[in-house]
Amino acid sequence: MSARVKPYDGAVVCAPVTVPYARFSPESAHWWTGRALQALSQQTGLKPGDFDGFCFASFSSVPDTVVGMVQHMGLSPRWMDHIPTGGASGVMALRRAARAVQVGDAEVVACVSGDTNQIDSFRQGLTGFSRFSQDATYPYGFGGPNATFALITDNFMREFGVSREDFAKLCVAQRTNALSNPLALMKKPLSFEQYVNARAISDPVHLFDCVMPCAGAEAFIVTTPEKAQELGLSVARIAGTIERHNAYPEDAVQTRGGWGCDIDELWAAAGCGPQDMDCLQAYDDYPVIVAMQLADLGFCTKVDLPQFITENDFTIPGSLPLNTNGGQLSAGQAGAAGGFQNVTEGLRQILHCPLGDQIPEARRALISGFGLVNFDRGVCTGAAILEQEVLR
Amino acid sequence: MSEPLIPPKKKDPLLNTRAGHVPPALRSRAAKAMAARAGQGRFVLQACEDCAHVTYPPRDRCPKCWGALTWQDQPRGAVIEAETTIKASTDLFFRNHLPWRIGSARLDAGSMAIVHLHGDVNQGDRVRMEIKLDRGGNPALFALPEKETLNMADDPQLRVFTADPKYRRILVTDGRGPVGQAVAEALVKAGAKTVFLGNNDRLMRYPGQEQIEAMEGIEPVPLSIADSRSTEALAAQLGGRVDIVVNTAQHTRGGGVGFGGKLSDLQTGLDLEVSGLMRLAQAFAPAMSGRSDDGTNAAAAFVDVASIFGLSGKAGYAGAAAAAAARLSLIAGLRGEMAQTGIRVMSVLTGPIDDAWHQDIPPPKTAPVQIARAVVSALQQGQETICAGQVAKEIFGRWQADPLLTIREETQ
Ligand SMILES: [Zn+2]
Repeated sequence: MSARVKPYDGAVVCAPVTVPYARFSPESAHWWTGRALQALSQQTGLKPGDFDGFCFASFSSVPDTVVGMVQHMGLSPRWMDHIPTGGASGVMALRRAARAVQVGDAEVVACVSGDTNQIDSFRQGLTGFSRFSQDATYPYGFGGPNATFALITDNFMREFGVSREDFAKLCVAQRTNALSNPLALMKKPLSFEQYVNARAISDPVHLFDCVMPCAGAEAFIVTTPEKAQELGLSVARIAGTIERHNAYPEDAVQTRGGWGCDIDELWAAAGCGPQDMDCLQAYDDYPVIVAMQLADLGFCTKVDLPQFITENDFTIPGSLPLNTNGGQLSAGQAGAAGGFQNVTEGLRQILHCPLGDQIPEARRALISGFGLVNFDRGVCTGAAILEQEVLR
Repeated sequence: MSEPLIPPKKKDPLLNTRAGHVPPALRSRAAKAMAARAGQGRFVLQACEDCAHVTYPPRDRCPKCWGALTWQDQPRGAVIEAETTIKASTDLFFRNHLPWRIGSARLDAGSMAIVHLHGDVNQGDRVRMEIKLDRGGNPALFALPEKETLNMADDPQLRVFTADPKYRRILVTDGRGPVGQAVAEALVKAGAKTVFLGNNDRLMRYPGQEQIEAMEGIEPVPLSIADSRSTEALAAQLGGRVDIVVNTAQHTRGGGVGFGGKLSDLQTGLDLEVSGLMRLAQAFAPAMSGRSDDGTNAAAAFVDVASIFGLSGKAGYAGAAAAAAARLSLIAGLRGEMAQTGIRVMSVLTGPIDDAWHQDIPPPKTAPVQIARAVVSALQQGQETICAGQVAKEIFGRWQADPLLTIREETQ
């Protein structure tokens, strides 16, 4: 039994920012990060000297970490952190910043993720991505994440009877959601037939299972309720969070993520259940991971996945709205910012300031992150439940 | 079964040759240690010195107890748990070789690995694992069918990891001796299209000449690698038509260092074996490098047959051992250069050859046919270092365990 996790009293989340994505950008991660800080400032009136905490995530800021970024951006924080976990970085930034605010190590934390996407930077980024992938994954056909997730998908479909038609339902619903989001890179509807008949990239992964890498930035603020009130910002409270890394290393091929280790504690801390969620903002770089999360987060069992997917709608007006901005699949994957957009979109829905359509009456969002295929599986997982606190 | 290879057609000289890219080459030091062992045909993984846990990918400490790791031979069995066919890649080499099949393998030794799949291997199959070297000299886990299948070696993915003689055109540098003749004959029997067989003195007949030159597929060529002009002239003539070079030049003369050795023997030996190797490399390596990804008969390998005493020295054969040592050093350098261009550089290490120049050494000795077998095997397997015969194997084993002791044993 692990020690009981303390609640997040005294810390709130606010000011979601999405810098419009670009397919390719000649600018740097620093440019995108600064653009996100500027947007935070425009929304809140805060200046560089007003932020005493800074939490940063990026793949393409090399050689700079948060250290270089702090000086580059003219910040002088008394608390900072660098989160190198890609798709899990948003949830992790949120919970770290919240604890810092809660104990008074910082009062106003800017959580920012920015990444650029220059021509050929995707290939170059892969080449030196991690020690294990450099030694033992990419030299095997250099299919990139597509190939690694193809192996996971191949095994998952066989193991649990999940079909491409089930994945189609998820991807088509997300695209439908994206159509109301003016910032989504994908602007055309996706039909079931288009999904199913798309060309294979690394079977069973086909074209519409893959995200489009792009440049972009995402940000939000974690601060005290008092400070947020002073600034006149709508806020959400953090009802519960979990985080787990390198779970179940004994599994031959990944069929579950670290959520499973701690999911009961998440729901217990939040005092609610999956049925109480107004939306799910899940990591969606490959629909198989969405399906995995539906089960690992407690919506259904793995063998019930086909039935659960059939019975739900996943669009904004339907049941269990999923990735309401379109997710990375339809809005684009801006590097590590892809791991922040689940937080910003969930926050926007419950603070009623969406980019696109609003889920009526949305009050609770489940955010789920998944990141870093270091070798053959995603290593980092996390989840958070956000609840609307005050609308201003 | 694999589709049998089709004999390549004559090349259209107007077509642009496909550039010889190598797969991503960045590796950890641990992965390079794996390559060094894989190059000898071994199937090794790291095991913990403290808890015996076997681990992969290459690590620097044990993930179970943080103990130190050492490379150990492991069982070769595995099961393929999942598979995919890659149809899109941003890598310059793999783009030219799509579709490419890989799988998730559960190794009997106890880890998971992503592996290359032979065409006859499918999800759920039990397989036999090998660690091949890729074109850049890096280790590559390859899953083969558990039992031999029809035309197994012709599998296009497997052929990327070998330098199989089938349909290739091969230069054997010295046809006048029994070693060169045995090698040439074995290569023809292994499916080589043509073996260009070097002869450094066309006016002087040599033993075995009629039989070897009458063999179909053998084409005698004038070549003295002790002579720069002769070597360059042949390279200019054969140019882009040599896919594999096998250097069988030897000049073994007895004698010590301070006692009984002749300086002129040493100088002749060094000029033929050492300078000759560099002449050969400089004449043929650039053209081969330009054709390393040129289809069925792409240029593939540079093989050097040298004495195992290059590693240890040898009492009574000091000059010959010194020449062999220099050859091994040059070959290592050439291997590093050719790893950039996708050509395999292989060493065949021999014991004392059973010929007139090793009369004073008691048996067992290495027969020319054993050397020929080793050359063909190294090419078919894509192996970097191979020992021909028992004597070389025994000395190589001792040298790996304790090089300084082996030097003492062989020179005192
Ligand atoms: Zn151990």
